[in-house]
Amino acid sequence: VKFKGFLTTTCAIVFGALVLAGTLFGHNADGTLSLLGELQQLILNVAVILAGFAVLVGILNLLLVHLKKVRLKQKGAGYSIILIVTLVATFLLGLLAHYIPMAASLFSDTFQFIQLPVEKSLMALLAVTLAYASMRLLRRNLSLVSVIFLVTALLIMAGMAPWPFLGDEPFLSGVIRPWMTRIPVVAGARGILLGVALGTLTTGLRILFGSDRPYGGKDG
Amino acid sequence: VTGILQGLVGLGIILLVAAIMVGMAALQRKSPASFRMIPAFTRLRSAAGRIVEGGTRLHVSLGHGMLTSPQSGASLAGLTLLGRLAELTSAGDQPPIATSGDAALAILSQDALQAGSQASVPGKYDPTTGRLTGLTPFSYAAGALPAILDENVSTNVLIGNFGPEVALLAEAAERKNSLSVAASDNITAQAVLFASAPEPLIGEELFAAGAYIEAGPLHAASLRVQDILRWLIIIITLVGALLKMGGFL
Repeated sequence: VKFKGFLTTTCAIVFGALVLAGTLFGHNADGTLSLLGELQQLILNVAVILAGFAVLVGILNLLLVHLKKVRLKQKGAGYSIILIVTLVATFLLGLLAHYIPMAASLFSDTFQFIQLPVEKSLMALLAVTLAYASMRLLRRNLSLVSVIFLVTALLIMAGMAPWPFLGDEPFLSGVIRPWMTRIPVVAGARGILLGVALGTLTTGLRILFGSDRPYGGKDG
Repeated sequence: VTGILQGLVGLGIILLVAAIMVGMAALQRKSPASFRMIPAFTRLRSAAGRIVEGGTRLHVSLGHGMLTSPQSGASLAGLTLLGRLAELTSAGDQPPIATSGDAALAILSQDALQAGSQASVPGKYDPTTGRLTGLTPFSYAAGALPAILDENVSTNVLIGNFGPEVALLAEAAERKNSLSVAASDNITAQAVLFASAPEPLIGEELFAAGAYIEAGPLHAASLRVQDILRWLIIIITLVGALLKMGGFL
């Protein structure tokens, strides 16, 4: 177990350092890829292939989770049966699509007429959820920041679409909304993104130090 | 030549940050720093204790940030928090569960859960507790909903890269009267979580999780380094603005 931990940590540090070096010194003066750049590309390509295999493992895990639900007759087991049947059917259609044109058409129809409408419905549900959450915000957390958040959201929404019976409100759509989206919103967003970038930098460094080991190297 | 110069500047910044971090970690061991109180982490720590006592379950949702993308930072911060929370709650009757929208992240979450369970009861680990629930943002959210609603979850931690679909998860947690601590690196998701989650974490607070749940001295050192760098950026921005106003730039 200790050797496994040592091996995974060493791999993570070495490959992390190589990818970082490739990012910093990946190009020669004439714009072509340097040796470090080529090495970085190679490592990233291998990572993409591994990620592809990880999807297969993940889907197998999804299947196991739902088979367990059906076996133990847990709540929602009926939905799990539907998931398993559709998963197997889509997988088979995907395999057959390379050989049978009708299967290829069915395969693309599955996404166009089932997956997309279901995701669009969830998006519509999201709009209602957000409207409801905004209404509850003041009740749950009455503070100056919450009031500013809601007033800003309302002003930007009011400036985005024409008002019923009134049409465009030029002061909101031409002055307030552009000013808000150009100055305070951009300033706030940049501040937050700078903080996120600094956090990402220190997280990356902890992994390069071998201090954070989210890859099974903990016992080493 | 410009590219190499930029690379050297980048390397210099990284080495400087690394040196400050190591120095701060050594300082942290001698005199531990105290950080401002973030209510979400205080509630999360007490919730972890209640999970063990109450026989309920912890759910950590890690989002769908791919590890080969720039969003991996948020996912890795989520994995660190998952590992620590798994250790804290593994003595309970019901093991914690982790849901994610990226396959590699799901595999790593299984590793974190396994390490957490081995810390208390070796051999107790259940591989179905680390799950891939969907590969698109909405299918991921739809797949994670049953975990929140049907699996006796009392605390939800939504941490990682999400889009607006995270509101569906926060809303489900609210309906079950369970605590939800939520953080994302995505600006849209942060706005959505501010409205829908009772304990949202804003901006870099996402990366502070490790320091607040005592995941190690380097986490606390990271926070101090982030503060130093933030002040440096503020000074550079102000000096730059003044120079621009004075016509020197």
